[in-house]
Amino acid sequence: MTPILELSGIDKQFAGVNALRDVQLRLFPGEIHALMGQNGAGKSTLIKVLTGVLESSRGDMRLAGEAIRPRSPLDAQKLGISTVYQEVNLCPNLSVAENVFAGRYPRCGALQGFRIDWAEVHRRARELLARIGLEIDVTQLLGSCSVAVQQLVAIARALGVESKVLILDEPTSSLDDDEVQKLFAVLRRLRGEGMAILFITHFLNQVYAVSDRITVLRNGQWVGEWPAAELGPQALISAMLGREFAATAGAAAPMAAADAHTPALLQTTGLGQTGHLHPIDLNVRAGEVLGLAGLLGAGRTELARLLFGLEAPDSGTLSIDGKNVRLANPADAVEHGLALCPEERKTDGIVGELSVRENIALALQARQGVRRFMSHAEQTALAEKFVKSLGIKCTNVEMPIGLLSGGNQQKAMIARWLATDPRLLILDEPTRGIDVAAKQEIMDEILRLAQAGMAVLFISSEMSEVVRVSNRIAVLRDRRKVGELPGGSSEAAVYELIAAEHEHA
Amino acid sequence: MLKHFSMLMKHRLAWPVITLLLLLAVNAAFNDGFLHIEWRGGHLYGSLIDILNRAAPLMLVSLGMTLVIATRGIDISVGAVVAIAAALAAWMIGGALVVVDGVATHVTRFPMPLALIAAVAVAALCGLWNGMLVARVGMQPIIATLILMVAGRGIAQLITNGQIITIYYGPYFFLGSGYLLGLPFSLFIVAAVFVALYLAITRSALGLFIQSVGINPEASRVAGVKARAIIVGVYAFCGACAGVAGLLISSNVKSADGNNAGQLIELDAILAVTLGGTLLTGGKFSLVGSMIGALIIQTLTYAIYSLGVPPEINLVVKAVVVFAVMLMQSAEFRDSIRALVQKPARGEVRA
Repeated sequence: MTPILELSGIDKQFAGVNALRDVQLRLFPGEIHALMGQNGAGKSTLIKVLTGVLESSRGDMRLAGEAIRPRSPLDAQKLGISTVYQEVNLCPNLSVAENVFAGRYPRCGALQGFRIDWAEVHRRARELLARIGLEIDVTQLLGSCSVAVQQLVAIARALGVESKVLILDEPTSSLDDDEVQKLFAVLRRLRGEGMAILFITHFLNQVYAVSDRITVLRNGQWVGEWPAAELGPQALISAMLGREFAATAGAAAPMAAADAHTPALLQTTGLGQTGHLHPIDLNVRAGEVLGLAGLLGAGRTELARLLFGLEAPDSGTLSIDGKNVRLANPADAVEHGLALCPEERKTDGIVGELSVRENIALALQARQGVRRFMSHAEQTALAEKFVKSLGIKCTNVEMPIGLLSGGNQQKAMIARWLATDPRLLILDEPTRGIDVAAKQEIMDEILRLAQAGMAVLFISSEMSEVVRVSNRIAVLRDRRKVGELPGGSSEAAVYELIAAEHEHA
Repeated sequence: MLKHFSMLMKHRLAWPVITLLLLLAVNAAFNDGFLHIEWRGGHLYGSLIDILNRAAPLMLVSLGMTLVIATRGIDISVGAVVAIAAALAAWMIGGALVVVDGVATHVTRFPMPLALIAAVAVAALCGLWNGMLVARVGMQPIIATLILMVAGRGIAQLITNGQIITIYYGPYFFLGSGYLLGLPFSLFIVAAVFVALYLAITRSALGLFIQSVGINPEASRVAGVKARAIIVGVYAFCGACAGVAGLLISSNVKSADGNNAGQLIELDAILAVTLGGTLLTGGKFSLVGSMIGALIIQTLTYAIYSLGVPPEINLVVKAVVVFAVMLMQSAEFRDSIRALVQKPARGEVRA
């Protein structure tokens, strides 16, 4: 069998730095191929070269045996290479059908089709969506669909062109388990039709769920290509990290459960917000990690936002140190020693054009107020302390934070809040979209903080992480709390609790 | 040496400064006495001094506008606020001419300091209103300030009763046309506001907060920055700046005209801020750049008059020059020009 797409000897330099060095990649028709590597391994650069966003400095690209050199994404798409990016880049204010056909509407009428044939647009959009198992009203606004549906629409759009190769850059990072399964079903169907699919993800279990073969990159270099069945998870991680990797399960075990008699640092009684969260009772004690488990949309982020004063509850009470408090805004929450690393790092977390130093100093400075100004030197000292202790990789602290990799941005966000010396740190999906090693470091840090007496509320979609670091696990489902499990419970136990309620309902 | 030069050219203020120098050079080339400054009548006298004095109101408004734009906002009501402040000050000082013992003396309706404070306070209140609409009500800044832009002229005319108030009170003229230490007094006002603002930006966390709110308001709020208070404060400051500018303008022309005082100054101020290198998308800003931008505009206006451009086409000439200046400041445009120039050169080497 010959590969439909073959890249060899790809080099790419940015300002003298080798982003890619002698990288190769083969895609066969009718296979799902996973491209793996840590953040900064060169995956995105390779995709950009492949789709014509960037031009390679050197190397050979062949599509069905013919040499190609796409100069733009449009060029690549015409050749039959379609890409669905991590961030859905469609127009939420247009209808689903319009998004599928934007820029290439079927025409009709005089003057070589002056008018757009709307009947045809809608009919073909329905057809395309049906092909990936999606039956929705194609005239509704895209913005009114869930992110998962938007992702599928993006795929349908990519398929609209006669594509031979489909590239999916982290398509699952904002989908819940059900939606991921649905997406995988679509991918399998497309594989069956003979399409070559390149799949990029950070979730190891997903790699093994759908991939046929795996290519691993590390530091801009090609490490190897294996059939998925022959490369176990341990070997895969070792290949990505370039060193032997001890089994992580248990390596970062939570300490003994905090003394149940310790008074609660933060307690909620019937705290809820109509339409967002059913009333919830919850308490967190100093020195413990409380895990918040649940599927996407279970109400975890909503709870975090209520606790941090970003939303106003309309029922129940929130007390800190036994005293009832009302948090009108995050500044109030910070005043009470709370801190929140939000889920959406780009929109709610980093201030992209400001330096690492300013980003790390921001929350502490806000807490101190306008007048108690930290001098440049103080800010630098603070930032450098955390850059060192958390292992944030940046050339210097004056670098704009937007230029850091996702994992390092996340660490800088944690640094921003640690600088305020909080009593309760709420981490909403701190490990999303970052590489394996950084995930491990962040979880180690969480445990260190709890040991030092901080209370941590840890929210993650990855059940294995929740189970590994939590002293207690509160389980949410459908915007209500369905139970609590002790630390050390198995993933299965958590899933059981979620599923049990499902049967109930 | 060359390396130093190219580093200098990368400085964000390099192009605004070059533009200003070019405009000054053009003026000097066509106008012999342009750079000449002499001591006359107890103060410095010359075209350059005149430009500085006339640019003072615009510089003040540009300072306020810089902060507003840095928070992703815009304030198109400053012209109307200039008119309100001018009208209020003129009314409180009053146009009464009293003859005592056969000598015409000018008296004020209220003491002058009170009139000045009231005018600036009302202007700040106008800004506060704008800030509330933007930060609390959540209106888009251009719409929120459009309300006062339209209504403000009406308020100014209500204060002046639809008349142009002529001011006869001598001490008031000192603000806009007096001299201190040989320099126009208005420059001292601008300098005082600039220094106070500069210190507030660099010696407190205000600069950090304004930038952070401008770049990412939601992230700033989550980080505990009181984003709304910052935004309201910035608009109030912008209003106060416009108020002071209104005092300078009415003092300079010795009258307050609710309809025409500060007309289109909002657009000149936005232009000055842009010329100074602050992006309309908010975030990083440059106070010095906006000052230079205001001087560019005033120098350009001066050039148009002194070169004898017919009045009916002077706005067109101004527009063309501003367009050229904007292109020159665009890094993308300069790159594409460079590419055009360099391509044939490479061909020659090959041949």
